[in-house]
Amino acid sequence: MIVYLFILLAVLAIGSALAMVINKNVVNSALFLVINMVSLAGIYLLLNAQFLAVIQILVYAGAIMVLFLFVIMLLNVEDEEKLFDKFRVKYFLAFILGAAVVGQIFYSIAGVTDMLPEISSNMAEIGTVEEAGDVLYTKYLLPFEMTAILLTAAVVGALMVAQYKIKKG
Amino acid sequence: MDYLGDLQAFLPGIITAVAGLAVITIEALKSGHKSAYWVTSFSLIVALFFGIQSLGTPLQEAFSGMLVHGGIAAFGNVIILLGTLFCVFLSNDYLEGIDHNYNEVYGMILFATSGMICLAGANDLISLFLGLETMSICLYVMAGLIKNEKQGAEGALKYFLLGAFSTGFLLYGAALLYGATGTTSIPGIGAAASSDLLFLAGAALLLIGFLFKVSAVPFHMWTPDVYQATPTTLTAYMATASKAATFMAMILVLSRALPSVEGLDWQAVLSVVAIITMIFGNIIALVQDNIKRMLAYSSIAHAGYALVGLSAATPEGYSAVAFYLFAYTIMNVGAFGVVAYYERNKGLDFSDVNNLAGLGFKKPMMGVMMSLFLFSLAGIPPFVGFVGKYYVFAAAINANMVPLAIVGVLASAASVYYYLRVMVYLYFREAHKETEMIDASFLYKGALVILALLTVYYGIEPILPFGGLMELITGF
Repeated sequence: MIVYLFILLAVLAIGSALAMVINKNVVNSALFLVINMVSLAGIYLLLNAQFLAVIQILVYAGAIMVLFLFVIMLLNVEDEEKLFDKFRVKYFLAFILGAAVVGQIFYSIAGVTDMLPEISSNMAEIGTVEEAGDVLYTKYLLPFEMTAILLTAAVVGALMVAQYKIKKG
Repeated sequence: MDYLGDLQAFLPGIITAVAGLAVITIEALKSGHKSAYWVTSFSLIVALFFGIQSLGTPLQEAFSGMLVHGGIAAFGNVIILLGTLFCVFLSNDYLEGIDHNYNEVYGMILFATSGMICLAGANDLISLFLGLETMSICLYVMAGLIKNEKQGAEGALKYFLLGAFSTGFLLYGAALLYGATGTTSIPGIGAAASSDLLFLAGAALLLIGFLFKVSAVPFHMWTPDVYQATPTTLTAYMATASKAATFMAMILVLSRALPSVEGLDWQAVLSVVAIITMIFGNIIALVQDNIKRMLAYSSIAHAGYALVGLSAATPEGYSAVAFYLFAYTIMNVGAFGVVAYYERNKGLDFSDVNNLAGLGFKKPMMGVMMSLFLFSLAGIPPFVGFVGKYYVFAAAINANMVPLAIVGVLASAASVYYYLRVMVYLYFREAHKETEMIDASFLYKGALVILALLTVYYGIEPILPFGGLMELITGF
């Protein structure tokens, strides 16, 4: 049962990802990305990572997608349709490089399949909010706090860069 | 878990991060209030105090293996905090002079410093990446501080795009290392190292990311433009503290995560990079008329010297690099500080070496200090630059890398030309035009004098019967 669900979601995820890249209309691409993210959230659920699944939908499919669509509408992107008009050496090189990266990923997955844990009942506990919070505030406390500093710095920095002339008091 | 002990171990980082938040809050409540600057200097002094206190303690893990403290990491913290403190002292006057003294800058400096401290003590790829990113993001913002000139925007954008690209390399390398070993902990990676293709690719990509951040050739293209566009005292910060932090992280990663397995000969890779970096940096610096660009190429060359010590891959080599970073930080902040002083004067573009003609006699104190820092950068005894280079090259020779040391010494000899050229202009050329020179503030002069004293003191320290900074580092 779970295997069939997984295959369904995986096909949906890969298919929508391809459709997103190939589609010429930017808004359609963005909507395909939503399908991709939702199906990824489904895969997380299958792995018993409930917390991650909820966050995936709330943050990515929700907040970030709205931002995407806003930017697309504000910028009025139209040039993208010309992307596939001409075949260039640059695209060819990019294709080879991309293929190399994909090959590397497959190689690494193939090399460590035995390391992947079996989905078992105690994994259900790992994915819960309690477990995630527990690990986040004990083992990963320093990275968690460092991320807070990083994001604060990024927000303040972005405001500094965006202002044409910073007001002096 | 011993949280209190962990907090104590990371105290300098916590102090700088909290002070950064305080500075941002002050700016939000009272825009442009002077207290932000005082909070910054005070917190850095306190952090430096705690940093010095932990010198000489053994290397220990903290935060469940996310971080190491004590040992060489403590020394790294001291270098970073020392460099930052002096840059802040110099920045206040300089930024006031160019009318860009925003309190947010101090917040950015503090956040970046806390990122550097995290980076210099990283014991896990996660904390390494977070430290590096916190540092880099703040530096991108500083590079784009001067917005009304095209140059500033260009430099900042270039730095941001190339920096993001190099972070991609580093992250992909980290992902591959995780894929190959199944852990992100640096000692854990070292224990599970193999000559697996995946592991080698991961190590190579990680090294590329690092080499970009220390601007080693061939990953240096951003350096001159960015250094020229950034306000000079912040360039000093960028060139010293951030490089010191990255080199410290490199020492920790190279010595603990990448043991010599078959096929992973990073010593050879680093020595080749060191040779081309030293040659390239010094040769291009010979023809630069703009002092900031000259110092940028010189900082590329100095990264090459530090790489010589790293490629020796012995404890002696690592401690030589740590000492070299210390030397480089104090003399380079000093040199940039004097350049910043000249630049503040209106009328002529004082970053052009031709316009410095005759200024040595006009402002004798600044002229003497400029010469002193440049002599030290050139590696002439009895200044600290010479001692640093001596340790680095000695480590290379002891590790049977004589050709590397020979190239280093020759490149260093060539560098004397462009450092002396500035002094020739300062003292042996007639001024083109009479210009009014402003007086530097007491604090500005004081900071430069202390840096000059440190440069001289640690230059003669190895032959003094007491002291022994090098013994302190090697003891780790």
